[in-house]
Amino acid sequence: MIDNFQVYLAVGVILFCLGLLCVMTRKSAISVLMGVELILNSAALNFVVFSKYTAGNLLGQGAAIFIIILAAAEAAVALAIFLNLYRTISTAEVNRADQLRG
Amino acid sequence: MITEAIIILLAPIIAFTIVIFIGKRLPRGGDWVSLAAIFLGLILALHLLSRMLGEWDPDFAISWQFHWFMFGDYDLTIGINLDNMAIMMLVVVTIVSSLVHLFSVGYMHGDVRYSRFFAYLSFFSFSMLGLVLADNIFIIFCFWELVGLSSYLLIGHWYEKKSASDAAVKAFVVNRIGDAGMIVGIMLVFTHLGTLNLNDIIAAVGRGEMTGTLLTVTGICLFCGAIGKSAQFPLHVWLPDAMEGPTPVSALIHAATMVAAGVYLTARIFPILSLDAGLVIAYVGGFTALFAATIAVAQNDIKRVLAYSTLSQLGYMVMALGAGAYTAGFFHLCTHAMFKAALFLGSGSVIHAMHGALHHIHSDADPQDMRNMGGLKKYMPKTYWSFLLATLALCGVPLTAGFLSKDAILGGTLAYAQLNPGNWLLPVFGFGAAILTAFYMFRLIYLTFFGKFRPGEEAEKHLHEAPANMTIPVAVMAGLSIFIFWSLPTVNPTSAEKGWFAHLFPTPGKVYEHIIPNRQMRVDTTRDDYLTLMVEPETSGSTEHHDEAEKHETHGHAVPDHDAEGHAVAGADHHDDHVAHVHHQAHTTAMIISIIMAGLGILLAYRTYYQWKISAAAWQKRLGIIYQGMFNKWWVDEIYDVVFVKGLHLCTKILAAFDLYVIDGIVNATAALWRALAFIHGIFDHYVIDGLANGIAWFVGLWGRFARMFQTGSVQRYMLITAVVVALFLLLRL
Repeated sequence: MIDNFQVYLAVGVILFCLGLLCVMTRKSAISVLMGVELILNSAALNFVVFSKYTAGNLLGQGAAIFIIILAAAEAAVALAIFLNLYRTISTAEVNRADQLRG
Repeated sequence: MITEAIIILLAPIIAFTIVIFIGKRLPRGGDWVSLAAIFLGLILALHLLSRMLGEWDPDFAISWQFHWFMFGDYDLTIGINLDNMAIMMLVVVTIVSSLVHLFSVGYMHGDVRYSRFFAYLSFFSFSMLGLVLADNIFIIFCFWELVGLSSYLLIGHWYEKKSASDAAVKAFVVNRIGDAGMIVGIMLVFTHLGTLNLNDIIAAVGRGEMTGTLLTVTGICLFCGAIGKSAQFPLHVWLPDAMEGPTPVSALIHAATMVAAGVYLTARIFPILSLDAGLVIAYVGGFTALFAATIAVAQNDIKRVLAYSTLSQLGYMVMALGAGAYTAGFFHLCTHAMFKAALFLGSGSVIHAMHGALHHIHSDADPQDMRNMGGLKKYMPKTYWSFLLATLALCGVPLTAGFLSKDAILGGTLAYAQLNPGNWLLPVFGFGAAILTAFYMFRLIYLTFFGKFRPGEEAEKHLHEAPANMTIPVAVMAGLSIFIFWSLPTVNPTSAEKGWFAHLFPTPGKVYEHIIPNRQMRVDTTRDDYLTLMVEPETSGSTEHHDEAEKHETHGHAVPDHDAEGHAVAGADHHDDHVAHVHHQAHTTAMIISIIMAGLGILLAYRTYYQWKISAAAWQKRLGIIYQGMFNKWWVDEIYDVVFVKGLHLCTKILAAFDLYVIDGIVNATAALWRALAFIHGIFDHYVIDGLANGIAWFVGLWGRFARMFQTGSVQRYMLITAVVVALFLLLRL
């Protein structure tokens, strides 16, 4: 039988991979941000899983809550950056933001 | 007496300083400052003269010296040597100078640079008086140059006129040639005798410190200065041109005083002039006397005639000094200063009147050309009579001072020729010049004062006598040409031998005469101590003489004079008697011949230019090339132009070509060589040094291009790479 522990980890891995795939492939900056959110959530899930099955305390859950807060702050900052990016190059597509290329 | 001399010397330089700086702001242009200074000098000089006559001592001399500076271990002291000759020169210079100052007030009236003219006159007087008083040959040379400078300034007084400024430059440059010789002479004296003081030099030569050829060369070198300053052939060319200056200047500087400086210097060094040097001097003088007289005959410019006459008379003086007639030479210097200054000032009055008359009829005829004159006697009687008296003196007509001095010279020359057979040319020069002098001077008188006034009656109305301040100086100086002033206390119109002048200026003996020539030839030079031997016989041989010399030295007069001569050779008394006899006889002969010569010359001029019985034009044709030569001054200027000016130009052209082709060639070749080297260096620099630098840059750039390939700017690609690398890393770790 498959342990619940490994199932939870597999879900986290799948979430992480989907997030990574989203970050690497999507053109729109908003989609990239979504991917990042997925990665953050997979990381938060891992914290909770390891906290429940190995540590036996609530530090992991605390970290997950901390990650959720951080993700919100990060989203606010990232959206502000995207807004400025749009103002500068009239689009929010990340592959167009290559002004520093030599 | 020294105080008086110093005041005489300093008064004009003070006047010069005042007039040159603030003269224009003073009333009357400051002329009275200059006049006051020179008349003060005249009064003091006359005072000195009276003292000198009171002393009645031929050896009278006082000197005053002060230490100037040291160079090396030579102590240069300068000072004043006031002897009879210096006093006499002081009197001559101040008389002529003060009268010329007075004359200039009238003559230069209204001139643009009136006050500067007087400043320069004062400056000249100072320089000339300094030259006369200096006891040191170096200081004499300094003042010598100063008179040259003031002569330059005054000849070029009207420097707007090209001919005047040219003449000034010519006078200066030609004088420099003579001065070069004089400097050599001074250096020879200093090197060999170690002193520059005149009395010391004479004493040193008397001790035999300089003998033989060296003494002759030194004498001739020092005389070179006199050739330049006294305008002797071949450096005579500047004096006639110097007549471009104002006439008072011609009278003061170029007739009476400055040109006599050369004669004065020759007289100063007379005791050390060797016999050979004397011979050279006599011939230079004699030749100049005749040569200049021939030119004077054919000139038409009144001042030029007088200028050549001055040359001729200076030649007489120099000839006399060369021939040993020291008294006669110096005597002629003094008398000539008087009557020649009178003649020049008289000609100044004539030119002044002519200028005015021609100006009124708006004629641009030359006011100095005698062919434009004539009949002036009626309008300018005072000038005429003074002029005539001075002319008679110049021609050597009896009862004049000129007769006394000229006669003494001719007599001295004749005696010299008799005592030194083979020199018959000297008296021929002298008598030849005498007849020509009488001729051209009376030609001048007849053309100027007699006959009809040639520019016409219109101009004749405007002729007038010069003002009193111009006629009086002429009359005074002409008056001083009367014999009585020079032969006192005896009244003898035929000879001044017993007069005060001859008494106070006896011919000094040659100081080297007691030294037996070529003594050192007999000395055995192989011995180490031959130098001592050489000196010894002399000192022991003439002890008596030295005592004599030392005795004189205590009087401040180191010249072993004529009375010491007798000790030189045994039996000299007999010799002296013979010399005196020859001199006396020659004097009488010369007197007769010179009267005949003067009479002939005057008669010839009378027939030609008064009665017009002899045609001058026909004679000009008959004489042909000789007349052309006389008219064109024997082409001396032209010869100098061809030989020296053109020669110099040729030299400079050759040197310029040398410079252009050889020196520039070397320079250019060097430049080309360096350019070739620089070219090679440039190639090396371009390809090797630059190549190295560029190569490094290129290499770095290559790497840069390679590294840039990874910098795509695409964040997602970076992320992919990061993810792959992390994944690989994890795979490899696990």
